[in-house]
Amino acid sequence: MSVSAHKEWPKEGIARIPYWIYSDRDIYAREQELIFCGPSWSYVALEAELPHPGDFKRTCIGEKPVVVVRDKDGSINVVENRCAHRGVQFCQKHLGNVSEFMCPYHQWTYDLKGNLIGVPFRRGVKKQGGMPPEFDPKNHGLRKLNVACRNGVVFASFSADLQALEDYFGPSMLALYDRVFDGRELRVLGYSRQLIPANWKLMFENIKDPYHASLLHVFLVSFGLFRADQPSKVQMDKTGRHGGLISWRGEQKKTEDNADMKSLIDNFRLHDPALLDPVREFPEYTVVMTTLWPNLIIQQQSNTLAMRQLITRGPGAFELAWTFFGYTDDDDEMTQRRLRQANLMGPSGFVSIDDSEVMKFSQQGVGPYPESAAVMEMGGRDWKDEDHMVTESVIRAFYDHYRHVMQI
Amino acid sequence: MSAAERYLSLGARDLRLELEELYAAYVGCLDEERFEDWPEFFVEQCLYKIIPRENFERGLPLATWLCESKGYLIDRVVAIRKTAVYAPRYMRRMVSGIRVLGWKEGVLEVRANYVALETLQDELTRVFNTGQYRDRLVVEAGKLKFREKLCIFDSLLIPNSLIYPL
Repeated sequence: MSVSAHKEWPKEGIARIPYWIYSDRDIYAREQELIFCGPSWSYVALEAELPHPGDFKRTCIGEKPVVVVRDKDGSINVVENRCAHRGVQFCQKHLGNVSEFMCPYHQWTYDLKGNLIGVPFRRGVKKQGGMPPEFDPKNHGLRKLNVACRNGVVFASFSADLQALEDYFGPSMLALYDRVFDGRELRVLGYSRQLIPANWKLMFENIKDPYHASLLHVFLVSFGLFRADQPSKVQMDKTGRHGGLISWRGEQKKTEDNADMKSLIDNFRLHDPALLDPVREFPEYTVVMTTLWPNLIIQQQSNTLAMRQLITRGPGAFELAWTFFGYTDDDDEMTQRRLRQANLMGPSGFVSIDDSEVMKFSQQGVGPYPESAAVMEMGGRDWKDEDHMVTESVIRAFYDHYRHVMQI
Repeated sequence: MSAAERYLSLGARDLRLELEELYAAYVGCLDEERFEDWPEFFVEQCLYKIIPRENFERGLPLATWLCESKGYLIDRVVAIRKTAVYAPRYMRRMVSGIRVLGWKEGVLEVRANYVALETLQDELTRVFNTGQYRDRLVVEAGKLKFREKLCIFDSLLIPNSLIYPL
């Protein structure tokens, strides 16, 4: 696949992001092939969603439907949600339990590993018809994906040949990951799903961008949950594809440094302060937003924990699937705290409403102007870890890796 | 006869009529964006939740929107007016199939269907959200008010963002 001549990356490199990458169909197809079906580990499930043998979850990698299922021996398999016969998406429920998968169309049946175990009328009926004698079910199972689990989280890949998950994350991202996934058993608190009319990369840009948070999010700013003048840092792995935005709570007062933050409303008080009653739970940092290439955001905003999974729906839309969770050893008070703080996030979050709306505004602006480009120069033109949040470094790192993978 | 006793003595038909009026006033308040009046439909110690049906049916506690007191409702209104950034929109809510399940220890249990239509400036009107209200009402200061209002929605995939109450 080639990229048309007029679609050239600007000469400034990653300090510019050309707008054609958000709307172009060829680019989208290439992303599916090289990123989502390429040598990457995509998030698919929490093990807590599949506690028993036969439990399954229906999800997608990029736009490709897959099923995650716990096998009889307790291991986890991921297979394409596409019958090997005629391509029917055989699994239609979000979650459930089965002893085997059966396609409703012609009742081809698969075991929990995806092996084909039944083909009706394979030998014909009254010596008529049937599959050719050399038809071997072993060659017609569901396509199986590569699977890796770490501390209760399941990742899968269409690629058979890729790094171990821990090497794929790299040491700095693995340390952030293990803060939340420290081996304790997880408890799913619930789901939220939203369809955001924007290109999927805009979601990553948003979560890799600490610069906007102290400006756009009046709510967050007003309660001192995230401000440009509080201690913070950004971290990346050595490829630049993963990133972490890290901050910890600072003193809340109006200073010269935040005079630029027009959104700061002093004397802003909640009528019900129970919403923001965080307790220190994890070492050092109060907020860590980790973005893992190519489809996951791990949210630790004080005590609200969530996986945000990106499912692409064409160049102009993606589904953001939120799975909020806690730990099985949480007491009722902690569970209630997580549920309350979940009001900040999700399709109706005090904070995240701003993001989903602004991502749509972005798509409305960049879509019709493919010939133009974004200026990505806050904090420099290259990328490296920083001890502040006035930077777009993590976005530049993402696009450095993106260009490498996409060969553009 | 106290207001509470009057409500309790109402026949099924008259009670339904009272509820029709209450729900019409409720959606009228929201459709006309008089959000500051919205918390007044609730008692002080109330519970208001918007919950995806998949969570509700699986017994998962997460709500998309959770308010545990009238103060919480007011905070949501402040967010709508002062802090949230969003595109202009109209929302219109339809309530039908109001069913009275009955009184239990001074609490009236009611169920109803709702549909919320959303109109954005450059887009055709669409069904934004649909589901069931599961409400518990009490009589306070001579009026029926919500002690609990659950909006359990079928439309799991929310089109972008849920900003106004249902």
